[in-house]
Amino acid sequence: MRTLFEQLHDFLPADAVLLSEEAVRPYECDGLFVYRERPAAVVIPETLEQVQQVLKFCYTHKIPVVARGAGTGLSGGALPHKAGVLLSLAKFKRILNIDPVARTARVETGVRNASISQAVAAHGLYYAPDPSSQIACTIGGNVAENAGGVHCLKYGLTVHNILEIKVLTIEGELITIGSQAFDSAGYDLLALFTGSEGLLGVVMEVTVRLLPKPAAVQVVLAAFDSVINAGSAVAEIIAVGIIPAGLEMMDNAAIRAAEAFVKVGYPVDAAAILLCELDGSPEEVEIQIQQVRAIVEKHQASEVRLADNERQRLQFWAGRKAAFPAVGRISPDYYCMDGTIPRKHLPMVLQRIHELSEQYGLAVANVFHAGDGNLHPLILFDASKGQLHQAEELGGKILELCVAVGGTVTGEHGVGVEKLNQMCVQFNSQELLQFHAVKAAFDPANLLNPEKAIPTLHRCAEFGAMHVHHGELAFPELDRF
Amino acid sequence: MSDTDIALSLQSEVQAAIAEKIPLRIQGGGSKAFYGRTSQGKCLAVAPHCGIIDYEPSELVITARAGTPLKTINAQLAAQGQHLAFEPPHFGSTATLGGTIACGFSGSSRPYLGAARDFVLGVKCITGKGEMLHFGGQVMKNVAGYDVSRLMVGALGSLGVLLEISCRVLPMPVQQVSLRLPVDNEAQALQQLTHWNTQCLPLTASCFDGEAVWLRLAGVEISQARQKVLAELVSQEIASAFWENLREQQLGFFTSTQTPLWRLSVPPTAPSLNLGKSIIEWGGGLRWVYSDLPAEQIRAAVEKIGGHATLFRGGDRTAEVFHPLPPVLRKLHERLRQQFDPDNILNPSHFSTHW
Ligand SMILES: Cc1cc2nc3c(=O)[nH]c(=O)nc-3n(C[C@H](O)[C@H](O)[C@H](O)COP(=O)(O)OP(=O)(O)OC[C@H]3O[C@@H](n4cnc5c(N)ncnc54)[C@H](O)[C@@H]3O)c2cc1C
Repeated sequence: MRTLFEQLHDFLPADAVLLSEEAVRPYECDGLFVYRERPAAVVIPETLEQVQQVLKFCYTHKIPVVARGAGTGLSGGALPHKAGVLLSLAKFKRILNIDPVARTARVETGVRNASISQAVAAHGLYYAPDPSSQIACTIGGNVAENAGGVHCLKYGLTVHNILEIKVLTIEGELITIGSQAFDSAGYDLLALFTGSEGLLGVVMEVTVRLLPKPAAVQVVLAAFDSVINAGSAVAEIIAVGIIPAGLEMMDNAAIRAAEAFVKVGYPVDAAAILLCELDGSPEEVEIQIQQVRAIVEKHQASEVRLADNERQRLQFWAGRKAAFPAVGRISPDYYCMDGTIPRKHLPMVLQRIHELSEQYGLAVANVFHAGDGNLHPLILFDASKGQLHQAEELGGKILELCVAVGGTVTGEHGVGVEKLNQMCVQFNSQELLQFHAVKAAFDPANLLNPEKAIPTLHRCAEFGAMHVHHGELAFPELDRF
Repeated sequence: MSDTDIALSLQSEVQAAIAEKIPLRIQGGGSKAFYGRTSQGKCLAVAPHCGIIDYEPSELVITARAGTPLKTINAQLAAQGQHLAFEPPHFGSTATLGGTIACGFSGSSRPYLGAARDFVLGVKCITGKGEMLHFGGQVMKNVAGYDVSRLMVGALGSLGVLLEISCRVLPMPVQQVSLRLPVDNEAQALQQLTHWNTQCLPLTASCFDGEAVWLRLAGVEISQARQKVLAELVSQEIASAFWENLREQQLGFFTSTQTPLWRLSVPPTAPSLNLGKSIIEWGGGLRWVYSDLPAEQIRAAVEKIGGHATLFRGGDRTAEVFHPLPPVLRKLHERLRQQFDPDNILNPSHFSTHW
């Protein structure tokens, strides 16, 4: 008698089905290594029809399906289901069409983010969302997570830069969502699908919007003796009407780690540095660089540097871009958080993170998309000393703090399995039930990436979290900072 | 108008309607009553629920109650040198923020700066289950839970009564000029629009008004860009009147005829459709046409090039006014509506004959 999963061979080539423990092991986790699970089967189809058959098969036999792009996700979104099929979309790598006049590219789901910009570079175009993982992550994964990047303050997230997706429902039906026009009939399902973490359907094809490469790009690096000054400089840059292409902040711990790694001459004694990138026409960049310079000086920057050339500009960025691996070098393990807060609370939140860090006895390095309030505290720990649990608990506290000041538990990495508990803090039970209701409209049998992204009420009850709404009642003592 | 919070009484009205199975017709300022399918029901007046709740210019976010007049919001933002960059049309002085977002209307800047849905960050709403729920928030990056706030944009109230909306705002441009290039016909206009779309210009609006192509450039320093276009510079006064009249559909084209007005949303590079005299916006992507042709004929022509057609004003408003969806998508829409409004209380049949 063949097992149920062996029947996958009926419509997939031999090498597209992995069943042995050994063979499925490489798929047991995504970028968040602390969660691991072996799926019952891994399938690696090559054609849309094969994916369709996989889905119909799973639908008929009530088998959970977890889609996987490159597996760079940082919230356990692509963590396999023990009794389910892991659907790898790695083979869908074709760029189907580039239209330089309409400035669009139509690509298969497994195409890597950076490949799109490379493929269209000859036309002077690029795809704007640039997650730091862009050389590895797939466009399908980007849609599923609504991925952002350093430039999303000015150019938006994935949701702002896609026009149309082709999706397979759990029943294996192919639907087109969005269009090649600026909008489409019916509800905005394109927005609903973006960031839905593989719970509503499997994205097979994406049409992205392309932008012309800016004529000029310049970056200012400013060092500050206090995080508060850096934070108020950020607020003023925005308040005077400048929308930088990128506006990033690093605290002292992150600066030191980055400098030790890339050695580009970051000021290692600074409490914080700001990297402010401006792009556009040469004239406009020149004007805004002077404005930014004046603002950071006004806020007592201890040092201001301007990149003299492209090489130097990339050097300025090198430390920021390498911040995660840099922290990886100085600590056996690190845990990356992803909360977003209203910018104005930055100094207070950093202060509070510092206190939590001392309380838990674990160091925290902060890199921060300062322009849009997206924090990435990196918690340093040593799993071999049994510190994982503490690190997770500290991370949870940081996220709850983000909610308390009117922010959110995830800006771009998604909820996955990692932030299920904190979702209970951010949303009340009626809201969570409404999310489950949305899921039921697309996947009533709950087969697509089950137990991810939205916690059950039961889980929230067990977690025992007090739901806190948009800072309305929580942490009144925080105001004192 | 003074700020008032009537969220709780709106919620009890919805709950009462659910209990008694009485459909509700959600009304803001009534300025867009012409839009969508005719919907019967007891009026649920959202306009009194008004006031700006939170606005800090350096956060680039405004949060206001749904009944807040659009002009109040625009005035507050303008005082700080900011604006709703999707330039929503008002279609009347009573327009509210809620109605604008429920209709999902965006103005001339849409292809260049984004649509209404791109700027919505969060909503508070009452669903057809009578529950008052928050989705999204006040921050730009937020992927916690499904993006229900953006789903509400353009849903015509059929998924929930909007109570509060948080929108991202942008600084107004430092410099702005409008240019006018006379053309012989629509085909030539489309060529021009496509050409300028690919020229790395800081465009924020474009239009063919039947006689000429209009381009609006804006930015911090645009004199160099302006040199690239050899065209007549239009005075600020005439230009701002033109863009406003275009947005509010007050140009002669829009006011002189009684036949149904169709809104055709098409891939911008699509050729001329020859369905009648038209005004073109969005670099070719939005075409307004007055036409008595049968709906099927218009829809077939637009569908062939990958677009969709909306019966925007006039015509038979008891038939489908939005482009019919393919069967699977329609089924998903019906199910989604069911999950938000199981008793069909909120603006029933306003969107479609089916839901
Ligand atoms: C070093 C590093 C830096 C990072 N930097 C950033 C950053 O700057 N910004 C940012 O936003 N993220 C960042 N990430 C996170 C991650 O790269 C993104 O979330 C990315 O979008 C995931 O893409 P992926 O192809 O790896 O998806 P996976 O990890 O394979 O999957 C992610 C989720 O998407 C679902 N999924 C994947 N493909 C599909 C599909 N075709 N249809 C439906 N669902 C699908 C999966 O089920 C899962 O839930 C970073 C990660 C790393 C490791």
